[in-house]
Amino acid sequence: MKQKPLLQVQDLRVRFRTEKTDFVEAVNGISFSIPSNVTVALVGESGSGKSVSALAVMGLLDASTSIIDPQGKIEFEGNNLLATSMCERRALCGKEISMIFQEPMTSLNPVFTVGYQLCEVLTLHMGMTSKEARARAIALLEEVGITDAPNKIDAYPSQMSGGQQQRVMIAMAIACEPKLLIADEPTTALDVTIQKQIIDLIRVLQKKHGMSVLFITHDLALVSEIADHVIVMRNGKICEAGDVYQIFSNPQDGYTKALLRCRPSLEARPMRLPVIDDDPNEQTKSEANHEERERGLGGNESIVLDVRNLSKNFSTRSGLFGKKNFKAVKDVSFKLARGKTLGIVGESGSGKTTVGLTLLRLHEATTGQVLFEGKDILTMSDKEFMPYKRRIQIIFQNPYASLNPRFTVAQILHEPMRIHRIGSNDRERSEMAFELLRKVGLPSTAAYRYPHEFSGGQRQRIAIARCLTMKPEVLVCDESVSALDVSVQAQVLNLLQDLQDEFAMSYIFISHDLAVVRHISDQVMVMQHGEVVEMANSDELYRNPQHSYTRDLLSAIPRGLPTKKSVSIERT
Amino acid sequence: MENVGNYASTSLWALAWRRLRSDRVALVAMAIVGIFLVSLGCSFSGLLAADWDQEIAINFAPPSFIVEQDIADGNVLPSEASISTAGSTSIEYYGIVDPLENEMAEIRASVPVSSSKVVLHKQTSLPFGADKWGRDIIKKTIKGAETSIVVGLVAAVLATFLGTVFGALSGYYGRWVDDCFNWFYSVFTSVPYLLLILAVAAVLQQKGIMTIVLILGLTGWTGTYRLVRAEYLKHKVREYVLAADAIGASDWRKIFIHIFPNVSHVALVQVSILVVGFIKSEVILSFLGFGVPVGVVSWGSMLNEAQNELILGKWWQLTAASAAMAVLVTAFSLLTDGLRDALDPKLK
Repeated sequence: MKQKPLLQVQDLRVRFRTEKTDFVEAVNGISFSIPSNVTVALVGESGSGKSVSALAVMGLLDASTSIIDPQGKIEFEGNNLLATSMCERRALCGKEISMIFQEPMTSLNPVFTVGYQLCEVLTLHMGMTSKEARARAIALLEEVGITDAPNKIDAYPSQMSGGQQQRVMIAMAIACEPKLLIADEPTTALDVTIQKQIIDLIRVLQKKHGMSVLFITHDLALVSEIADHVIVMRNGKICEAGDVYQIFSNPQDGYTKALLRCRPSLEARPMRLPVIDDDPNEQTKSEANHEERERGLGGNESIVLDVRNLSKNFSTRSGLFGKKNFKAVKDVSFKLARGKTLGIVGESGSGKTTVGLTLLRLHEATTGQVLFEGKDILTMSDKEFMPYKRRIQIIFQNPYASLNPRFTVAQILHEPMRIHRIGSNDRERSEMAFELLRKVGLPSTAAYRYPHEFSGGQRQRIAIARCLTMKPEVLVCDESVSALDVSVQAQVLNLLQDLQDEFAMSYIFISHDLAVVRHISDQVMVMQHGEVVEMANSDELYRNPQHSYTRDLLSAIPRGLPTKKSVSIERT
Repeated sequence: MENVGNYASTSLWALAWRRLRSDRVALVAMAIVGIFLVSLGCSFSGLLAADWDQEIAINFAPPSFIVEQDIADGNVLPSEASISTAGSTSIEYYGIVDPLENEMAEIRASVPVSSSKVVLHKQTSLPFGADKWGRDIIKKTIKGAETSIVVGLVAAVLATFLGTVFGALSGYYGRWVDDCFNWFYSVFTSVPYLLLILAVAAVLQQKGIMTIVLILGLTGWTGTYRLVRAEYLKHKVREYVLAADAIGASDWRKIFIHIFPNVSHVALVQVSILVVGFIKSEVILSFLGFGVPVGVVSWGSMLNEAQNELILGKWWQLTAASAAMAVLVTAFSLLTDGLRDALDPKLK
């Protein structure tokens, strides 16, 4: 770090205009520097200002709504970017500094082939002829690990998988040999095994090209795999910055400590997860007890739900009369014990969500039986099924989408009670609603507000309260904590655990996050391509995975323990 | 904490209203539409323009703000006197005895003096001019607004209602329901609009305001149908609808209680667009002779009359009707734009 840093950000402040006169401070005076040939990770939860900082460096913020304080400085190789003109900046972006985004599916233009989009960058910035550009594009695609590059170059983005698309994005970003690569949550939309491959790729490319990488993520565990230097942000300010070993082994800031601890780990399973107090002092709540929770089935539990040979086909029209069958779920059988949690793990497209929706008859099953206390709920008429509806409920992934935006919280909570004639009058129902809000940790004033006034974690609590109005015996949690920040996720997981302890509900916990599933589940079922590949008690499965796919999944989880870089580079 | 009464939460409608309030153009437009609606209410209750059909001026009195008094040479006579004297003198002159003279006198005595006959002095000019019967144009325009706006509003509400219900059912249920409605929609839209209107008019075979409302309402639902159907297709797979399904809400509940409030902005904006269109359509219908019956005035019938007068250089009836329509239609479209901006949840 003796030489002048590649990028130096000094006292950067960004404000957003919300109404005509209102401003929100998104980035509040941050300073950091990125030396050349180093990976720096910018870590923070949603709203911490990490992406805004990166966009400010790229000059991609919408000038009509955002204001960058001219007092600050963004110096790239000694030039203050904030003082340069738009044109000079445009020449720099893409050539010297380039960026990859979170969603590869939306970052590539679907109407052009990937080759065309790659060549565009090369002809624009490098002044290549189209022939040279094409040859270089093929070489680049090979470099980012796309097999059969000479053919794939003429593919459209939709003909590639998410991982391949992200590889194309990376190829595009490194096409001009940039000195700085900004990666904004590049793996968040990808499955865990693909995530590992992309991380490895970025790491190898960084070493090979000697560039610097600014890696933005919400996932601290991921940081340990890639970064040399870590900056932790919260509410537009830098909480802590330091070497990756120091941050992980000896964090100084309370927030960093809490972030490290509130994520469920594969090693320990505390009774409750530690949570971050909203207290501005960033003190973690009283030292969480280190007591471990016992998980697993003894074998003599009563069975509440017995699923036998469940299959689900989706048919799509092909041609005029033809039909194509797609088997989303193939012959899935499992038993759910009362008061226990069954985790269903799998990557996208494995059919785990379809299983959940079929259990509630939100999708019609093709074949199979679902025995609820011995009665097959799949063959019942709608009228017969009605009393069972309240006994088996679901919490969806996205708390922003699963609550009707035009209903107040009170209306949301009253509706199921009215439909199932719970409580004799509205007053009784209101009292129950207040009671439930208190139980999920919301003030009773919340009843008169609309969902858009709440944060993601609070909305998920409302969704949980809505299910609790019916006192279900089986609760399907479909990726219920995946969209939430780590600290909020810990709170919701604790809430679910408390409710299970109190009401002896059975959970079917569907998630792609193996650490979360291990934390909450007694039994784990691993799915791949619609089939169950392995099912076991959770401790056993994580300690001694039988199937090779389970082993792949487990090895792809970022451990959250930084290792020496020289030994960790391995190709998959 | 329990004192929930003084916590006023801003609903999405309140937010929309707040956004609308900061839009100056929309506010002015709303004020203009408001003035039209107030004058509509006044004329409906008889406070304004109740005497629109009185012939208070000479035929085609030109518009002028300088009111000239009666012409001295006795050209303008008390109407009753002039008719009776003219009648008797002419018959006497030819020496023919009127066989019905006694009966006529009896009838004349029994018929109460109608209000129009009371006006003794006809004015030679009016601020906004007069039509060929000497009726005040401004009063006629105000009275005409009653028909035009009522036709526009009621027909727009009817068309939007049909479009919304059809679109909701078609979008929500899909499959054969959707196929049926789509077939119906395609048939409807494949007939040229004017021919369709004429066809419905021919079937209804009655002239009247209700007929126009029905014609416009029954033919105008297609655009709303298409938009609402698309919204329902989008919303029925949203998680909040799935959640309602999981709770056990009936189809009816999901369609109208859950989804409808989320697509109501489309219907609302459609109503205001259709109002503008239908006011114009009423004009076209009246122009073609399928409009309001004789004796009822509307902007359309005024324009219809104006086409003959224009050759004579009597431009004021045309000007009044089209100016009133232009102002209302412009204000309404601007208000619609403002409403759409305020209600579109995507802008939030």
